[in-house]
Amino acid sequence: MLRLENLEKRYQTGDLALKSISIEIPRGQVMALIGPSGAGKSTLIRCVNRLVEPTSGKVYLGDLELTHLGSSQLRRARRRMGMIFQEYALVERLSVMENVLSGRLGYVGFWRSFLRKFPQSDIDEAFNLLERVGLDHMANKRADELSGGQRQRVGICRALIQNPDLLLVDEPTASLDPKTSRQIMRLICELCDERQLAAIINIHDVLLAQMFARRVVGLQLGKIVYDGPPEDLTSEVLTDIYGEEDWEATIEPVKDEDEDEVIPDIEPDSNVSTLKPVS
Amino acid sequence: MNQPAISRRWQRPPFITNPTLRWGLWVGVAIYLALALGTMEVDWTRVTEGASRGKRFIMAFFPPDFLSRWDSIEEGILESLWMTVTSTVVGILLSIPVGLGAARNLSYRPVYLFCRGILAVSRTFPEIILAIFFVKLFGFGPFAGFLALSVGTIGFYGKLLAEDIEDMDPVQAEAIKSVGASWLQWLNYAVQPQVMPRMIGLGIYRLDINFRESAVVGIVGGGGIGATLLTSFDRYEFDSAAAILLVIIGIVMVMEYSSGYIRRWVQ
Repeated sequence: MLRLENLEKRYQTGDLALKSISIEIPRGQVMALIGPSGAGKSTLIRCVNRLVEPTSGKVYLGDLELTHLGSSQLRRARRRMGMIFQEYALVERLSVMENVLSGRLGYVGFWRSFLRKFPQSDIDEAFNLLERVGLDHMANKRADELSGGQRQRVGICRALIQNPDLLLVDEPTASLDPKTSRQIMRLICELCDERQLAAIINIHDVLLAQMFARRVVGLQLGKIVYDGPPEDLTSEVLTDIYGEEDWEATIEPVKDEDEDEVIPDIEPDSNVSTLKPVS
Repeated sequence: MNQPAISRRWQRPPFITNPTLRWGLWVGVAIYLALALGTMEVDWTRVTEGASRGKRFIMAFFPPDFLSRWDSIEEGILESLWMTVTSTVVGILLSIPVGLGAARNLSYRPVYLFCRGILAVSRTFPEIILAIFFVKLFGFGPFAGFLALSVGTIGFYGKLLAEDIEDMDPVQAEAIKSVGASWLQWLNYAVQPQVMPRMIGLGIYRLDINFRESAVVGIVGGGGIGATLLTSFDRYEFDSAAAILLVIIGIVMVMEYSSGYIRRWVQ
């Protein structure tokens, strides 16, 4: 579904954020991208939908090559790529419904979207999705009234209503507590499975990556240093990706994968912040 | 508890590290202030004479006379109000494209510089200078005042709009871009919701400013209540002038309270 060929990104400061990344993700595969902060995870997924312009290399979405598209073709291509963000990135002063429907902006004209007159099929689909994530009764609440987990669910609805082929997910759980993190990850993976979506999930919580993804790619300083199943993530591999540390405690709980109540060990880096207060 | 043998001392580091420069600046400011006060000549005999004249002048305002010139007061107030409303609306409408162009995160460099230029020029001149200029161009009357206030509004509102857009949350903007929205849709869904509450508040605040300024531009020939006020001074009808001032104060207070209320409501 998605193929990257020798993708490179050099920032204006001269930093080479991505070094010749080549990778292929088939339809229906959920791939976790792990790596330390600054490894280039965010840059990589943003190079796919060109929120960040790659310096060289090619990106194929199906048969379509994305790096050469003009602005209107790029807009059409972006409709096929849903994105889910670390800080949810909902437009806070719009309602939940408007946030979900904003995922259809690529499909409707300006005046329709300006007057909030979306086609009935879009509204039906929005309610279906909100029902699926358990938030249909919140449709007219303002996004900033929601808790962190609820906001991320709305973010997921916004991405899915695009009817995408690919999900780009940037640290979906970094601002959530451990339990909500698991629920959100499970939801994303279930939905990808139902709809046969390819997905790249940036995540720095190794444990969550191992629990939910069938393929893990490790990025270190802009280079792929690991690509394989989660079971093969050994101490040595994690040391390759993150550097020297005692990794045994991180790898251990993988065995009881389905045990829901295990609170994962939290790395010093991963965010333990609880839900944002409802304002 | 084991205490360290020697406690380490700590003091907040000074803002200016070089002590000579730090003290030099204080001394320099003090000297300049002393010199500036010294050059101001105050003729105390004239001040005492003026005090009694001032008292007579102020007494002439009382009691305020609303009735004998009410027709022209009413006319002036209505003229001022329509000048205020039209110039605020027109000024804000014109300032939106300029403000969008002057936001660094939205526009291209040449457009940015051009729009910043427009804002700088219109902010350089106070409304009264603009009014004098437009009175020379278009003659006496409220049209000149309307133009002066509109141009003033563009500078004020455009600059604040541009700054508010520059301060917006880039992640929300990125999210709307990532779904494939067009530029106009992006403005409507990502930018507008973020800046709207503050801009409504500032629009009402500008309405308030424009009403007060409409009294000033009238004095140089821009029409409105200022013209009525000037006429009453010219005729030495201080009691009518007092009435006009009270009406202006009343209207400004009403606007002040209602704008505070509306701003709290839109947040």
